[in-house]
Amino acid sequence: MQSTSHLFKDNVARALVDPNLQQALVHVRTKFIDKRQDAINALPEFEALRDAARDLKNHVLSRLDQYLVQFEENVARHGGQVHWAQTPAEARQTILEICRRANARTVTKGKTMVGEEIGINDHLAANGIEPIETDLGEYIIQLRGETPSHVIAPAVHLTKAQVEETFRKVHTELDPARNLEEPETLLNEARHRLRGRFIVADVGITGANFLIADSGTTTIVTNEGNGDLTQTLPRIHIVLAGIEKIVPSIKDAGLLLRVLARSATGQEMSAYTTFSTGPRRPGDLDGPDEFHVVLLDNGRSKLLGTEFEEMLRCIRCGACLNHCPIYHAVGGHAYGWVYAGPIGAITTPALIGIENATPLPEASSLCGRCESVCPVRIPIPKMLRHWREEAFERRLTGTCARWALALWAALATRPALYRLATGVGARVLRLLAGRRGRFATLPFASAWTKHRDLPAPQGRTFMAQYRSRK
Amino acid sequence: MRVGLFVTCLVDLYRPVIGFAAIRLLEQAGCAVAVPEAQTCCGQPGYNSGDKASAQKLARQVIAAFDGFDYVVAPSGSCGGMIKTHYPELLADDPAWALRANALAAKTYELTQFLRDVLNWDAIAARFDGKVTYHDSCSSLRELKVKGQPRALLAKVDGLALAELPNGEPCCGFGGTFCVKFPDISNKMVEDKVANIAATGAATVLAADMGCLLNIAGKLKREGSQVQARHVAEVLAGMTDTPAIGEEG
Repeated sequence: MQSTSHLFKDNVARALVDPNLQQALVHVRTKFIDKRQDAINALPEFEALRDAARDLKNHVLSRLDQYLVQFEENVARHGGQVHWAQTPAEARQTILEICRRANARTVTKGKTMVGEEIGINDHLAANGIEPIETDLGEYIIQLRGETPSHVIAPAVHLTKAQVEETFRKVHTELDPARNLEEPETLLNEARHRLRGRFIVADVGITGANFLIADSGTTTIVTNEGNGDLTQTLPRIHIVLAGIEKIVPSIKDAGLLLRVLARSATGQEMSAYTTFSTGPRRPGDLDGPDEFHVVLLDNGRSKLLGTEFEEMLRCIRCGACLNHCPIYHAVGGHAYGWVYAGPIGAITTPALIGIENATPLPEASSLCGRCESVCPVRIPIPKMLRHWREEAFERRLTGTCARWALALWAALATRPALYRLATGVGARVLRLLAGRRGRFATLPFASAWTKHRDLPAPQGRTFMAQYRSRK
Repeated sequence: MRVGLFVTCLVDLYRPVIGFAAIRLLEQAGCAVAVPEAQTCCGQPGYNSGDKASAQKLARQVIAAFDGFDYVVAPSGSCGGMIKTHYPELLADDPAWALRANALAAKTYELTQFLRDVLNWDAIAARFDGKVTYHDSCSSLRELKVKGQPRALLAKVDGLALAELPNGEPCCGFGGTFCVKFPDISNKMVEDKVANIAATGAATVLAADMGCLLNIAGKLKREGSQVQARHVAEVLAGMTDTPAIGEEG
């Protein structure tokens, strides 16, 4: 997917004046947060589960190679095949080849963020194979030619009115005068349209929430059941996942499931949790003839053993987005690539390069709310700072900011000079402000005074007063 | 008990009364307070902007300045949090300084946290009439886990009624250099904050961090609000005869 992360500020400017987006984001600010809190209040051991989930993921990351090999062996043992993809291009090629071998014309898709990461839809379409998104949110944005703006709620940037408008525009075979007032009618309309597509699809592509090493099983959680139809009806099931999705056993998947849905939607469990192990066996009533797992690295393994390793613990619940004031203000598309919100701000530089995403780690007040809700306790603010350090070292940060910092450091490390400068500064500002006590505008402070007044200093600095009192 | 006051650069420059209020409170609680000359800034601007080297330099300066105190107290969760949680990390690769950073971290507290958790003190002798609301700074709330302490102390102020801020957990939008790097996002955040403050019907908003207070007061005044902003220490120490932040006078 083409990134506009380097244009974050332009994206933000657009997002802030988009009335539909702003209306849609109100839901994120309230609904997700309250539901998560209710679910956690009902589970006293939730904090302990977070610790356990963190420890589990750390353990896996410390032996990722072993577990991946074990996973591959067990997939093969059950008649499936693992394909290793180092780059998005390799993953796309692998998937295209599987589809071509099957003479596939249509492919149904369950929700997969890795699919976005490798741009699979465009690649299939460019090669004459029609990809059909089956998650309701994904279906809506596919009709609109958009990308997901949220890891678990891809169409959360849209209002109901926009969805209705899109359906009327695209579903032209239906009565134009039909009533689409209720959200359920929209859901039923999409469901009806999708039913036929599920039946005729040649290949189903899903993501995976977990890859279970000791059984070669892949796991998805959904609330619509679309994932199950995607992976059981077509002749071929392709699972597309990042290598970090591995867990040792089904018991470990159970632990992560206990924190996943609660963190994501406030549910105890998602409506559907589906385990897939290999293709259909003799005697099975349903299931695909072929079972492929495409495992994508795309820079993930390079993070192992670095200060960024911990971001690989992410189980893509979206809690950090739901609690992020920046995300609340601008939504997901402003981040300019696949992953939005706090996790996107640390993942995007890792996957496409900090030089292509410099503004993302800067766009945070480091308020820490993301870390406080992360089910696997990823220290997101710490990682944002690490990226800022890297950007600073590589001189990717703005010259102005660098000069200001250098000046500040030069002053602050010379206390006597600092006293002189602050003493003069405080008095001058006080004089300029007069009795008014604040500034509505001030040269060099326009970024501040654009939206708020700047309170004036009281007069003499604390240090000056303290010295004369002594 | 010898307590070193880390004044913080914003209090030093903008609002000295907070520093004197902190001294008064600490002295009321029985501490001998000193203010080392060699302190300037805790190093957050550099630390949060990726300039690790300058942040380390300032961290060493602060560590040296506060050698020999039993405790170090800051009227700020942000600077207190910087010293307490980030200095050890910042200097982890420098064995000699890492040791000293850990020692300083262990004896550093945010003001209300120190009064309640270390001294178990709440003999407030102050009066402040009216309804106030309290803004928890992100660093106090999430980094230092300070929430009950300022409220327990405010409960001892005569005439004061505390109205809890609805949706109090989100950041006010200050975030140090964030607010000038991304002024429009920051504005959205502080708009929400002052709307919630207004919803309480309080005449005064209190907080324990000058950064948040400059941001919130600046927005309140820009919107023409009558709500006044003060540091919690001013109220606890009974030093509220000076104009509130950004007010005429």
